[in-house]
Amino acid sequence: MAINAKTLNETEFFYGHKACAGCGGSLAVRIALKVLGENAVAVLPAGCMSAVGFNFPQLCFGNNAIISTFAGTASMLTGVEAGLRAQGITDFHAVGFAGDGGTADIGLQALSGAIDRNDDILYICYDNEAYMNTGIQKSSLTPFGARTTTTPAGKNIRGNLRPKKNLFEIVAAHGIPYAATASVGYINDFMRKVEKAKNIRGTKYIHVLAPCPTGWGVKTDETVEIAKEVVDCGLWYLAEYENGEFTLNRRPKEFSDVSAYLKRQSRFKHLTDADIEIITRSRDEKWEFINNSFK
Amino acid sequence: MAKKFLSGNEAFAYGVRLARPQVISAYPITPQTIVVEKLSEFVEDGSLNAEFIHVESEHSALSCAIGASSVGARAFTATSSQGLLYMAECLPYAAGGRFPIVMMNANRSTALPWNIYGDQRDSISQLDSGWIQAYACNAQEALDLALMSFYIAEHKDVSTPFMANLDGFVLTHTYEVVDVPTAEQADAFLPKYQTDNKMDLQKPRNLAFSAGPDTNAFFKHREHLGILNASKIIGEAEERFAKIFGRRYTGLTESYRTEDADYILITLGSLSGLVREVVDELRKEGSRVGLLRLRYLRPFPNEEIAATVKNAKAVAVLEKDISFGNEGTVYTNVNSALQKAKLRIPSSDYIGGLGGRNIYKEEIKIIFDELEQQQSTVKFLGIGGETNGN
Repeated sequence: MAINAKTLNETEFFYGHKACAGCGGSLAVRIALKVLGENAVAVLPAGCMSAVGFNFPQLCFGNNAIISTFAGTASMLTGVEAGLRAQGITDFHAVGFAGDGGTADIGLQALSGAIDRNDDILYICYDNEAYMNTGIQKSSLTPFGARTTTTPAGKNIRGNLRPKKNLFEIVAAHGIPYAATASVGYINDFMRKVEKAKNIRGTKYIHVLAPCPTGWGVKTDETVEIAKEVVDCGLWYLAEYENGEFTLNRRPKEFSDVSAYLKRQSRFKHLTDADIEIITRSRDEKWEFINNSFK
Repeated sequence: MAKKFLSGNEAFAYGVRLARPQVISAYPITPQTIVVEKLSEFVEDGSLNAEFIHVESEHSALSCAIGASSVGARAFTATSSQGLLYMAECLPYAAGGRFPIVMMNANRSTALPWNIYGDQRDSISQLDSGWIQAYACNAQEALDLALMSFYIAEHKDVSTPFMANLDGFVLTHTYEVVDVPTAEQADAFLPKYQTDNKMDLQKPRNLAFSAGPDTNAFFKHREHLGILNASKIIGEAEERFAKIFGRRYTGLTESYRTEDADYILITLGSLSGLVREVVDELRKEGSRVGLLRLRYLRPFPNEEIAATVKNAKAVAVLEKDISFGNEGTVYTNVNSALQKAKLRIPSSDYIGGLGGRNIYKEEIKIIFDELEQQQSTVKFLGIGGETNGN
């Protein structure tokens, strides 16, 4: 039976934490753990989810969970998986939840090592597009144009000048058994991917876009809506990589307005029409690649 | 028990095999490589049933070992020098989480200037990381330490990671005849690792959490007590070891001809073999000299040092490290031991062997000569001149 909101485990595994209202990351963690079930052994590096979930004596994971070093999500996952297997324990899911900085910047080396070894782990990157836990600093997954506290938008520099690192394809280039992109705006798609990953041996990677109202400058009840909109306007896409092939899971008939998506977020408020034109053009180039290379 | 001709690295690897670690994660670095190569061979030939994880860095080596230990597996890693520094973030992490990982460190100088040879600046820079630190002086002790380290680290009253140090090249690459115990003997010595400090599918736990200003000191104090407890458990382990293997070790320190010594040289690691020879030679000439070898730097043998040197006229420390802007760190620690015991003995510091520079018998004799002047000085061996205004 396909997993969906009706069949989802009612048990909560991540609750009582102090994440901000409307936190997309905590939604991704909560849902993924429900799909994985009580035998998930979670590794979370320094970052939002560990900061809000592990404050002694208020420990918020109902399943086994541990904080790793910032760079060490994947390497600790490897150790957890090997350590349990070495003791003859096999009915568990080693799962990591790391943010965009913890994955695409400081944790990339360890992640690459784990994929290279094809360790039997599931690595979920909840991407809120900046170092939100430390106060909204640029990461390599911050999109072009976004204002962060380290890429201020002023007269001379107009926010982040570099495009978002293409981590999904970097991960896929390792020849990983399974990789996927997702968004908390399309939660059934995300759940399906976690469920799929759960049953695949070897390294699995899911990159889930998870808006941060605090860092993006949207209302706390707009998280899901904007996580849908980013897919609908074509700046994010839902796809999978398996058996050496990319598959697109959702092809918008026509894109919603990029400008509307950007302008509703205070991090993009300063963008000019020319900036938006650059973003639109790069979206179209990306989609040309997707249309030519993805099934 | 079988006699084998082994290098220090190989001897340590044999010791690790006897301890049956379940997870080994390691990254190669000279002069540690042979220990992990040997362990890989043991895994390949089936004589060691362990998960050998080829990590992509030392940071991941220790992070992976922490992960394995966090689910109750016995974990081992090995490194040296730059590798130790690269994984440095994970050292207090393992100690604070009370994960009793064992790590062999092949003592090697730290860059810059680049240098692959032995001094102890790498491990000594990590003295405050919360790890037990032991220093072997020969290949037999290296093997025995490998086996004992797991017993000590994993003891419930200790629960502290263990760094076993072997002098790079001088010990790691020098061949000696070594008694290799049988697996049956080793199994009789070392119980299986059992702990409640783990993630458990039957009893889920949240580990490695945050503790704010109100609770932080509680955990840090417990951590301190754990490593202090190691003093007692080291004795217990050595007693148990002597009963099974017939070899006896002497706890945190080993003294040689110190009972009536006026002048005592304090050192650590493989250098003590040479100092021992010099002591014998000087004794023949009528000098009342002795050697105190520090087998452990953490926990620090405060009481043992004070008890050994209390009747000496002067002591010197000969160490392969320097805390720039001050003095050798072993010397600082030794002086603290003397001060706490209210011993007013002149003490000097000789910093030698940096970057693998050879230390000669004649230099050690000069140290003993200078000790008779009963002054307190800090000197670089082989450079000349005092390094501070004492």
